[in-house]
Amino acid sequence: MATITLKDIRKSYGSHTVLDGLSLTINHGECFTLLGPSGCGKTVLLRLIAGFETPDAGTIAIGDQVVTDSTTGTDLPPNDRGLGVVFQDYAVWPHMTVFDNIAYPLKLAKVPPKELKERVMEAVNQVNLTDLEQRLPSQLSGGQQQRVALARALVARPPLMLLDEPLNNLDANLREEMRFEIKELQKRLDITILYVTHDQEIGLAISDRLAIMDHHGNIRQIGTPQDIFETPADDFIFRFMGVSNFLRVSYKDNLIRVGEQNADIGIPPPSPGEWMLGCRPSEIDLAKEGPGIGGIVKRASFLGATMDYLVEVDGVPLRVIQDTHQAFDGGKLLQENQPCRIAFHAVHWFKPGADSPASNGETTP
Amino acid sequence: MNTSVSNSPALRKTRSFGAGEVLLVISIAILVIVVVVPVALIFFNAMWVPGKGFNITDIVDVLSEPETYEALTNSIIIACGTTTMSTIVGTFFAWLVTRTDIPYKSFMKMLFLVPFMLPSFIGALAWKMLLNERIGYINNWLRSLYDVIGIADGPVFNIYSFHGIMMVETMYLFPFVFIQVSGALERMDPTLEESARISGASLFTITRKITIPLVLPSILSGALLIMLYSMAHFGTVAVLGVQVGIINIPYLIYQHIHQSAGSFAAIRTGTVLAAVLVVTAAIIMWTQNKILSRGRYQIIGGKSFRPVEVKLRGLRIPLFVFSIAYIGFTIALPTITIFLVGGLKTYGLPLVLENMTWDNYHRALFVNPQTQRAIWNSVSLGLSAAVITMFAGVIISYVIVKMKVRGKGILEFLGMLPFSVPGSVIALGVILAWGGGHTIPFTGIQINLYNTVWIILVAYIARYMALSLRANSAALEQVHDSLIEAARACGAGMAQSLRDVVLPLVRPGMIAAFFLIFLPALRELTVSVMLYGTNTRTIGVEIYVLNEDGATVESAALAGIALLIIISGQVIIERLTGVRAK
Repeated sequence: MATITLKDIRKSYGSHTVLDGLSLTINHGECFTLLGPSGCGKTVLLRLIAGFETPDAGTIAIGDQVVTDSTTGTDLPPNDRGLGVVFQDYAVWPHMTVFDNIAYPLKLAKVPPKELKERVMEAVNQVNLTDLEQRLPSQLSGGQQQRVALARALVARPPLMLLDEPLNNLDANLREEMRFEIKELQKRLDITILYVTHDQEIGLAISDRLAIMDHHGNIRQIGTPQDIFETPADDFIFRFMGVSNFLRVSYKDNLIRVGEQNADIGIPPPSPGEWMLGCRPSEIDLAKEGPGIGGIVKRASFLGATMDYLVEVDGVPLRVIQDTHQAFDGGKLLQENQPCRIAFHAVHWFKPGADSPASNGETTP
Repeated sequence: MNTSVSNSPALRKTRSFGAGEVLLVISIAILVIVVVVPVALIFFNAMWVPGKGFNITDIVDVLSEPETYEALTNSIIIACGTTTMSTIVGTFFAWLVTRTDIPYKSFMKMLFLVPFMLPSFIGALAWKMLLNERIGYINNWLRSLYDVIGIADGPVFNIYSFHGIMMVETMYLFPFVFIQVSGALERMDPTLEESARISGASLFTITRKITIPLVLPSILSGALLIMLYSMAHFGTVAVLGVQVGIINIPYLIYQHIHQSAGSFAAIRTGTVLAAVLVVTAAIIMWTQNKILSRGRYQIIGGKSFRPVEVKLRGLRIPLFVFSIAYIGFTIALPTITIFLVGGLKTYGLPLVLENMTWDNYHRALFVNPQTQRAIWNSVSLGLSAAVITMFAGVIISYVIVKMKVRGKGILEFLGMLPFSVPGSVIALGVILAWGGGHTIPFTGIQINLYNTVWIILVAYIARYMALSLRANSAALEQVHDSLIEAARACGAGMAQSLRDVVLPLVRPGMIAAFFLIFLPALRELTVSVMLYGTNTRTIGVEIYVLNEDGATVESAALAGIALLIIISGQVIIERLTGVRAK
């Protein structure tokens, strides 16, 4: 079993505190993603679990084994933790062939030669590197080197794999292909994967659960990809998960006002007061007239399947994306500098200016 | 509940006191023993008079002697002249081989590195034979030419002069600038120049406004290296200057040590002079660091681009011929002269076949115990120094580049020292540290290495540590931390990952360091000349002494043998590194 339990982890470098009392549990057999902007401490967390760094305080357990405990001074070296790690820069040893790279963990484990060969070839096939095993890394493409790194981490069949932005240096097509392959391998081999990235798209695609971290090393929300996308705990997460619009709104006596005008928004805020309305470009409906809020089209770009508008409401620019066919059919195609009405399919309510979580009634943190 | 988590030093210590701390301590110890103690003793002895305690009157006395003043002025004049000329020559050739369409570029680039192989004092020896005012071969030839065309007393060049010294030093030192500048020109992003070109700037304007400012840090850094080297350089001035009364600080130190038969008063005078050199060197190093830290423009990336080439048109062939002629005149001619004079029956005879003999070479190699011993000393000293310094360099670089241990800052500082301490200073320092019959504190063991090969070995290690540190750190920086961490994650322990990953990857750097030390050590003069005893002459010292004693042909023969060893060593490196590169 490879359930990872982190408790009250604290880590600072000099006067800079990266992680301050962080606790987290990653369940056996899941693909768990740490998602956050660069510099949020997600890589540090991975390195702490791997044993490359020692926390200032806190305990880390992998399965039943406590690998780090600052109270007792326990700190298992990385080589005794039984895990596979894939690094952002591949870290494929340039002086060894593909075969030797992948065989290295098995050699250290003193696996008999015959079995070693079988297992290496199996791993080679798993990552589609068949017939390349006698090459040196310098004769491989970036994507192929990445597969070597993956195979090397897999070959010893560790119950836990740590992946640090492993797809970053690949081109878009390969990245997409590889993320499905990783997911597929994880299911087939029933292993636990901890995946670290700042790319929300990969995070959503690959994970069973994700944790969103902010710049201060705090976890803002943990949940399934659907949870995170549909019911973000706060505006930070909402902003981080894609292009987002925000509009300041006041709610008093059952009236919603945007600036000077009364706004007709189907879903009212949970309570009276000042609010931030958050919505994605696709959640806005644009029309020449009708209910909603008045605005002016500032820019209209035809992108083929979609129309991309920039609409100004009360001096605030909002991005709107509409299906081109729908716009044609409904006679809703708008020109630049044309007045318009906007309505919302869905809205997310946040307390203004605050980093405080959970103002959305639907969110279950 | 976690606020009470103990982070007590004891616990941290049990965790982190391991291989790291041991290596750190070893590294610091090596540098302290080899470099810090000698240099510290120089300053200590310069200012501390036995019985009188701390005073600086002696410093003032030594410094106010006209002899010191003159030597210092000479050192500075020669250093400045050499630096200026080398910078011009080095920058011009660097531009020629990187930015123009001159033919056979890669061959030309190799050609301009050849001067590094030829020790400048052997060069000086050759030029003395060619341009001695009365009997130099070129001057004789010039005179016979004047006779033919009927000029009574045409001008000849006298190599025994400031001009001669600077010219010879320039010939063999300009590659310092050449390497730096051609490297910078190759790494410079050509789009910087192209965008200026698109903006309408002429090639001349681009060179002046874009190219030169961008490579200026490299030019200056190479120039300062030459200045540092020239200030502390013994050989050329000793061969070409002393006869006509031009002496510099290293020669003055040598004189004090040798002519006073190692008396302490003489050594004290030497320490003051050495302190002057150290201070000058420190100023030069400081300036260089300032320039480099300011000038490390990000625009010079690590990638190789293909820059726009200047079309030389009509000048293409003339400049090519000129370059070949330059190398032929400055390198091939002196080298051939050394071999030919080494084969003469007596110095001064015309260079014709009937005056030639193999005797001098034969005697130097198989008969004369002095020269045999010198060759043996140099080879064994060079090998031992190279092996020891290579391994010490790996350990120290590893701690500096790769480890996260407390106290590393001290090591980084100490690691800078070997770069800035001139050879003659190191020599004097090791005399003070190891030659004084000091008693090691608390043990009662007396050490006196004076007049033994060991003192030269210690000095070589100190002198070449900088080269080893540079080569090994460069190699280690190529080994990314993640390569080691990947091995750890695969189940390798610290030692295992060093053996399987780090060592194979830095091996080329270590081999490079070995040869970078072994070859120069073979022909070393500046340090050995201060430290030699009757049985511990090195090749360099033997050549120098033979020449001083007037045994010019024997001296040339030994120099020829030394050159053969160096050239074959160089060929071996090319083979080794060349095969590796493929």
